[in-house]
Amino acid sequence: MSIEIAGVGKRFGDFVALDNVTVSIPSGRLTALLGPSGGGKSTLLRIIAGLERADTGRVEIEGIDATDLPPQKRNVGFVFQHYAAFKHMSVRRNVAFGLQIRKRPKDEIAERVDELLKLVHLQQFADRLPAQLSGGQRQRMALARALAIKPTVLLLDEPFGALDAKVRKELRDWLRRLHDEVEVTTVFVTHDQEEALEVADEIVVINDGRIEQIGSPDDLYDRPANDFVMRFLGPVTQLGDHLVRPHDLQISTTPAGPDDVAGQVSRITRIGFEIRIDVTTATGQAVIVTLTRNEFLALGLDVGTTVHLRITPGSPTTPAGPVPAEVPLEVATSSH
Amino acid sequence: MADTLVKPAPVKKASAGKAWTRKRGPVTYLIRLVVVTYLFFLVAWPVYLVGQNTFKKGFDDLRAILTDPDIVHALHLSVEIAIISVIINTVFGVTISILLVRYRFPGKRFLNALLDVPLSVSPVVVGLSLVLVYGGRNGWFGPTLESWGLQIIFAEAGMVMATVFVALPLVIREVVPVLEEVGEEQEQAARSLGANAWQTFRRITLPSIKWGIIYGVVLSLARSLGEFGAVKIVSGNVLGLTRTAPLVVEEKYLNFDKGGAYATAFLLALVAVASIIVVSVLRPKEDR
Repeated sequence: MSIEIAGVGKRFGDFVALDNVTVSIPSGRLTALLGPSGGGKSTLLRIIAGLERADTGRVEIEGIDATDLPPQKRNVGFVFQHYAAFKHMSVRRNVAFGLQIRKRPKDEIAERVDELLKLVHLQQFADRLPAQLSGGQRQRMALARALAIKPTVLLLDEPFGALDAKVRKELRDWLRRLHDEVEVTTVFVTHDQEEALEVADEIVVINDGRIEQIGSPDDLYDRPANDFVMRFLGPVTQLGDHLVRPHDLQISTTPAGPDDVAGQVSRITRIGFEIRIDVTTATGQAVIVTLTRNEFLALGLDVGTTVHLRITPGSPTTPAGPVPAEVPLEVATSSH
Repeated sequence: MADTLVKPAPVKKASAGKAWTRKRGPVTYLIRLVVVTYLFFLVAWPVYLVGQNTFKKGFDDLRAILTDPDIVHALHLSVEIAIISVIINTVFGVTISILLVRYRFPGKRFLNALLDVPLSVSPVVVGLSLVLVYGGRNGWFGPTLESWGLQIIFAEAGMVMATVFVALPLVIREVVPVLEEVGEEQEQAARSLGANAWQTFRRITLPSIKWGIIYGVVLSLARSLGEFGAVKIVSGNVLGLTRTAPLVVEEKYLNFDKGGAYATAFLLALVAVASIIVVSVLRPKEDR
């Protein structure tokens, strides 16, 4: 285990950012800290980096107690959401910074910097200032700068948050490939569940200063520990007392079993390759079902058709808790 | 002096700026006229007249003061005191600015308010208060220092203190907004890359607040060179010993030596204007 966090708590005035958090982050993997804004995930990352001090608890990095170590002694690479580029230095000098601080020989620095610039595809921009780069390029430079010192762990705080959707997606794939290449223990913070599911080996879901669940993307998606994780990781709808993913509902025009719930189609919406069917059950519950286009055509549904719903056997469900304010049902459903 | 140093707004890209430029109607020209007239009669014309009066008799007046050993001493003294004060104010100003922006501590608001006192209190009051504390005979602290052989009042030390006091906020008020704008992330990045506090300051913080410091230094220099009230009280105004250039101007003016007064005033203004021009020429085109 590479990073051990034990009983870490942190308050900002009256606000509890982290409440007795204990988690182990595995070596050599790409781990996502996922959760809504203000949930404490960035605070945890900054505590690992030493940029913030925990009020209680301990942090251990690769077997070394880092709780009281200042950031410069932790050998941690940190990448900020807004790049934190050294504005008065060229790209090359930005990347070389950590090595110069470590007083490495000049030719060794030059060699390592060239190698890293190549890795992040910025060779031809070596002599530019950060202001002359695009957001994506700046973030790649920041990554190269953090990697230059051969960090024990690489920490990224919402690294793609400030970039536009297309660049974000490119950089996401690129980060995954880069991680496979350099194999450094990497932890990144994100509030985007799609990003976490796509990139990470391991996801730690953090909400309200507490850890909700730790697991692989498949674990979390297929076996959510509670309704918060269920809601946060993907679209959900409610049938009876169960939270279920809309694509895990079966729909038919004739009843197929004793537990079927009958209802009427109230609306049909086409969203890209999916068809979304709004069904109002006999008890007045609004349920959402998503179908592929072919399934939809085979059923021949129309507004007003009476249908029967059931949960596909074996699909993940959780008991429905109260709907949290920050993840309204509609938003969670349409974001898929 | 300070009025001429108002920083130009950050240079926006021409294309982006153009769309927002309003059409120039008669009101725009009227406002321009008012501003130009105002500045002309308040600043430009009086300063110009000092220059004109200096050269009324060609270079005679300037030559006269530059060959008078007492005045040359006063000019030397003024420059010396200004340079020492600026160095002190720069070191303390940058330190206090970092303290104010980067750290949270009890009494911060009070400290912040206290730093504006030198700007709001009349320099004469500053002089008097320094005499009350450090005065050799009756001062609160002065006799003790004097018994150790340290004379503050009526000596250069007191003059430096008075000058430091009146120019104290100038570096801080220039550096604080720059520090706030630059933010803490670059420093944190440097720390995570292994830099200690001093390395972070020298390699990251200092280059990013460089222009704020330079403006602060220029303002302080101008202010320190021209300080009159506080210095007059603590210096004792002894010719050839503790009389500075601004005191010479007053003395000459009161003694109906108008030519000498104008010539000394011109030299004082020249240094200040020159430093402002040098800074605006050196300043890089792209903002900071």
